[in-house]
Amino acid sequence: MRNLRDAIVELYRKAATSLPADVEAGLRRSLAREEKGSAARAALLKVVENIKLARDTSRPICQDTGVPVFFIKIPAGISQVKIKDEIIRATRISTKKIPLRPNAVDILTDNNSGDNTGIGFPVIYFEETAGKQVTIDLMLKGAGSENIGQLYKLPVAELNAGRDLDGVRKCVLDAVYKAQGRGCPPYVIGVGIGASRDQVTRLSKEQLVRSLDDKNVFRILYDSEKRLLGEVNQLGIGPLGFGGKTTALAVKIGVNHRHPASYFVDVSISCWADRRAGLLIKI
Amino acid sequence: MTRQDVLSLHVGDMVLLSGRIVTGRDKVHQFLFRERPPEEQIPFNLRGSVLYHCGPIVRKTGGGFEFIAGGPTTSIRVEMYEHRIISDYGIRGVMGKGGMGRQTLDALRKNGCVYLHAIGGAAVYLAEKIKKVAGVWKLEEFGMTEAMWLLEVENFPVVVTMDAHGRSLHEEIDKKSYNTFKKLIGLR
Repeated sequence: MRNLRDAIVELYRKAATSLPADVEAGLRRSLAREEKGSAARAALLKVVENIKLARDTSRPICQDTGVPVFFIKIPAGISQVKIKDEIIRATRISTKKIPLRPNAVDILTDNNSGDNTGIGFPVIYFEETAGKQVTIDLMLKGAGSENIGQLYKLPVAELNAGRDLDGVRKCVLDAVYKAQGRGCPPYVIGVGIGASRDQVTRLSKEQLVRSLDDKNVFRILYDSEKRLLGEVNQLGIGPLGFGGKTTALAVKIGVNHRHPASYFVDVSISCWADRRAGLLIKI
Repeated sequence: MTRQDVLSLHVGDMVLLSGRIVTGRDKVHQFLFRERPPEEQIPFNLRGSVLYHCGPIVRKTGGGFEFIAGGPTTSIRVEMYEHRIISDYGIRGVMGKGGMGRQTLDALRKNGCVYLHAIGGAAVYLAEKIKKVAGVWKLEEFGMTEAMWLLEVENFPVVVTMDAHGRSLHEEIDKKSYNTFKKLIGLR
């Protein structure tokens, strides 16, 4: 288990200091689209320089190293308790070593635990799967963008949004319009649709660990994602909210079956620093 | 900064900031707003200074402190406090990200103050523009993230997005995007 601990520390380092290639490529493409001499372009140039500096000096891309969120898939017979234990230890080591900013604050005392661990912190989701490998996806979710996420219950009269994918589309546009530039655009937008509130918030967040370049397995959702990305970028909020062509890099939608009486839509938004890293262990 | 410096700045200006600034985020704002400590109880001179919304990662070094990462945090969280902190303590520049609301915009105009938008997420790049950590207040009580840090910065890049003349880029973009939004969802 010692090896697992070291591997998770490295996972933290990678996620915090080295932006995934697909996100960086997306930012570079958006840089090329923004007008010369604009504040948006100037800001993106610094963003791109910052990504390189962070990687070269192994320092966190953003001082808000966020809430660590783990999505873990394990085959039968592997102990969740043991993996959780190693994650807690690795989190303490990483906070000191990388360093990460201590972000876990006790609700009752308002004290910061100082090591990024506490009740339900980090967030860890387990799922048992067939096969013989463990996969660990880690996302460092910044709070600025976490704070602008929205949960909807369709239908929504003010948005003229019914219980269908067009209603979902209106929710996403509403969430981004309301967010404006407060969560560090260009955003990556995750959407979760389904039967219960707790399920859709997890599902929308899970969309944020998908590669920007992947293709939704459902053709109809792939089309929705594409259309929504185009429409979000018509809003003109732009990089950092300075105005411009790129408000989002991608929209990703995930679905579960719903109850006849419920149609929940959750919109999770990531800042441009969509920090994630993955690990695969063969048993 | 002087009042004249502030009045010379307009929405859209890209500026490089050099000199002494202080940080302050949620806890500092709540404390200054609720307790209203007299200026002589604050170890730094806030009059004419820039208040930077920032919760940094700081490393202790032999002789002092070093900023590892120090980008801006979301400013709107301190909207309910900022207007009175600007007038109570004579702040000339509020620096952060994401912009602020009407109350702050009014306070900028009344008091001669400006909102400077830093590059969100560019924490290492911006930490390199911080040449010296010159002091800290409330480190024990508030902790590293929430303490007030006194910094010397050089060529720290910002965009003026709310000025002392009543203009806000954030309001303008909000309005424009609202019209597009309405069209896209089919509302009149």
